[in-house]
Amino acid sequence: MRTYVLGLITNRLGSSALTLLIVSFAVFFATAMLPGDTATILLGQAATPEAVAGLRAAMHLDEPAFFRFARWLFGLLQGDLGTSYVNNVPVAQLIGARFVNTMRLAGIVTLIAVPLSLILGITSAMFRGSAYDRIVTILTIGVISVPEFMIATSAVLLFSVYLKWLPALSFAGDVASFWQVLKIYAMPVITLTFVVSAQMIRMTRAAVIDTINTPYVEAAILKGASRWRAVIIHALPNAVGPIANAIALALSYLVGGVIIVETIFNYPGIAKLMVDGVSTRDLPLIQSCAIIFCVGYLALITFADIVAILANPRVR
Amino acid sequence: MENLVEIRDLKVEATTDAGRRIEIIQGVDLDIAPGEIVALIGESGSGKTTIALTVMGYARPGCRISGGTVMVAGKNMLALSEGQRAKVRGLEVSYVPQSAAAAFNPSKRIIDQVIEVTRIHKLMSPAEAKEKAIGLFKALSLPDPDGIGNRYPHQVSGGQLQRLAAAMALISDPKLIIFDEPTTALDVTTQIEVLRAFKAVMKKSGIAGVYVSHDLAVVAQIADRIVVLRGGAVQEVGTTAELLADARHPYTRELLSAFEPKPRGESVPVAPESRPLLQVNSLIAGYGPVQADGLPLIKAVQEASLVLERGRNLGIIGESGCGKSTLARSIAGILPASAGNLTLDGHELARSARQRSREQLRELQIVFQHADTSLNPAKSIEEILGRPLKFYHGMKGKARDARIDELLDMVRLSKALRSRTPAELSGGQKQRVNFARALAAEPKLIVCDEITSALDTVVAAAVIDLLKEMQRELSLSYIFISHDLSVVEAICDEIVVMYNGRKVEEITPAVSKVPQHPYSKLLFSSVPKLDPGWLDRLERDPELVKTYVQG
Repeated sequence: MRTYVLGLITNRLGSSALTLLIVSFAVFFATAMLPGDTATILLGQAATPEAVAGLRAAMHLDEPAFFRFARWLFGLLQGDLGTSYVNNVPVAQLIGARFVNTMRLAGIVTLIAVPLSLILGITSAMFRGSAYDRIVTILTIGVISVPEFMIATSAVLLFSVYLKWLPALSFAGDVASFWQVLKIYAMPVITLTFVVSAQMIRMTRAAVIDTINTPYVEAAILKGASRWRAVIIHALPNAVGPIANAIALALSYLVGGVIIVETIFNYPGIAKLMVDGVSTRDLPLIQSCAIIFCVGYLALITFADIVAILANPRVR
Repeated sequence: MENLVEIRDLKVEATTDAGRRIEIIQGVDLDIAPGEIVALIGESGSGKTTIALTVMGYARPGCRISGGTVMVAGKNMLALSEGQRAKVRGLEVSYVPQSAAAAFNPSKRIIDQVIEVTRIHKLMSPAEAKEKAIGLFKALSLPDPDGIGNRYPHQVSGGQLQRLAAAMALISDPKLIIFDEPTTALDVTTQIEVLRAFKAVMKKSGIAGVYVSHDLAVVAQIADRIVVLRGGAVQEVGTTAELLADARHPYTRELLSAFEPKPRGESVPVAPESRPLLQVNSLIAGYGPVQADGLPLIKAVQEASLVLERGRNLGIIGESGCGKSTLARSIAGILPASAGNLTLDGHELARSARQRSREQLRELQIVFQHADTSLNPAKSIEEILGRPLKFYHGMKGKARDARIDELLDMVRLSKALRSRTPAELSGGQKQRVNFARALAAEPKLIVCDEITSALDTVVAAAVIDLLKEMQRELSLSYIFISHDLSVVEAICDEIVVMYNGRKVEEITPAVSKVPQHPYSKLLFSSVPKLDPGWLDRLERDPELVKTYVQG
């Protein structure tokens, strides 16, 4: 049986690797299709035909796209993300600090959002149809329906403009005390927690309700188990697969989807960096960011699938 | 002696999807003496499980106990708080569910679930509980009593799980056990072992029982008293012997008469010159990847050969997993056979339905077990029946309308049902529509795959009568697949017994009803009889049981 599980997991990892290859292909050619010639834009006023041709040759832009892709992919495999077109700095160096910032934000949100969603999702499933469940449901659906920029701008309006409690922008640089850290992170974290939790709460609730309605949970209640015991010991272990997937999906959003939040709060994260990269047509930067988002997403989903495989005794 | 359970004027309400409240239990009284086994019997929807569960103070989601008292050992279960009820559940009253396969948590080891009651009620240490569980496994004649608990539910058979569920109910030494159709999901040969184990343990420890079932013959073996229910009200109560010998209520008599053997009646003799309607030669069918020899990895049907004469009926009987449904599907061409050939009315049939001509498809129709899933829930009855009329006969407009009315009339359904959807019909009505759809094609042969299995006894008997009548009027032939011997005997001229993918014997009841093959003998002798002493007198060759009974 153990070899069977190993086989399943290897299979899952293999398909992730293949997906990554296909995505890198798509990322490369999608960015390569962006209109405008990089060399011309980079040279700006100095774009004489000779200078453009020279720069193109220097940047290997005159080679067929496939060779450039192969060169880029080979570099990626060696950990070389390329060099920024705009300021000639290795992309890895540009991304480094920003990546840490984004991960820090994502980490804080995860620590708050996951336990919060699990508790709200499981309890609202347990008390399905009660006033508590209805309030949680109305609030989560409300939050899902409101776009995040709306939540973010409203938060700025309320906490920064009217109440003047929090700074509107989140420069992570000037951190002197714990209190300041709290102030800086408060609004981005609140906004992201709202967005991410709503989905997790809904999906956790649905997964737990599915298992609560099974005969084995009824059997547990008829053995004299309390409602808590029936849900925590009997229903929950069978809902681990779907819940892990719901969490992974929601968290993967934190890796790549925080563009709007980072832009609004001017938070120096990787998504903000990518947006800046697009406006300066810095292809290696855009590609690297896209690949990082994709790796993060795939890692989370693969991890969730492996958890689901291990949680199922029929497979294990 | 004072009664262990006294139910007075019990009322239970259910909320329908539309939000309307209906009373599904209408003032039921019931007494159970200590050590007595009382059976609740009735068709689906009669409220038998609902009543049984109220003894634990439990109502399923959507239901509410709205009135009456349920006294269990001097306590009114309905007046207790949820926490106090939990103290009674599992400890004084325990529950054996209908499908142990579904009632065991798939992600936990069996032993942990069996001894969970002792953990919840803090009865004994886990080590003591395990020891006790192993003792119960032995008493219930489970194989490998020391090791079976360490497995997961999917690693043991259905019959074993059902006995493990009984062990789970017995571990707390309750005063009363509720058995909710505990053997319905089992094969007949397995059922015997489970029934015997239940009976022995209950008698030895003097535990009272509520035995919920729709099968009078099973109940006759185990119950002291029988309560007949219909529409949420008690119709008749009596000791088992009384009720079987002298049923007063018409509904009880109807139930009893469904058990009387109904001979096939007049059957068409085989005309010596005519060619058979259907011939199946060494058919092999199965699932999984195709191997080097061109056959599938798992062969569900191995080298089956059948001959069906015009106007006669062939029954295929066997237990779950014997390949009978696979055989039906490959005759219909839904699952193309991997080897062998099929001849319908002298013409070779392609193995796959896709390669058969429309005329061939029309001549051979199949009716499935679950009308619920084989009728499109979004279509009206009219559309469901109109489709084959248009497809096979090109009927349109008034002609089609008239034919739909005719078909409904044939299967004894009112024309008023035309515009309804399947969800608005009862189980028996749905199965009639399902059958009418096959009739619409005007076939020569209808393959009926367990079409009465999901129906109540009385309803099933009516469907069988309908099938016979259609045969007389329309000169049809049936291949009738079932696990239920009495149903097959009622309608078939030839009976084929299948075991493990192979045809083991072919019996012509008109010539001889005595099976020759050891498995057929075992199978035929395992069908419960109404006689209360049947189970105790039944003797089975342990060698045969070992060879052929799984679980």
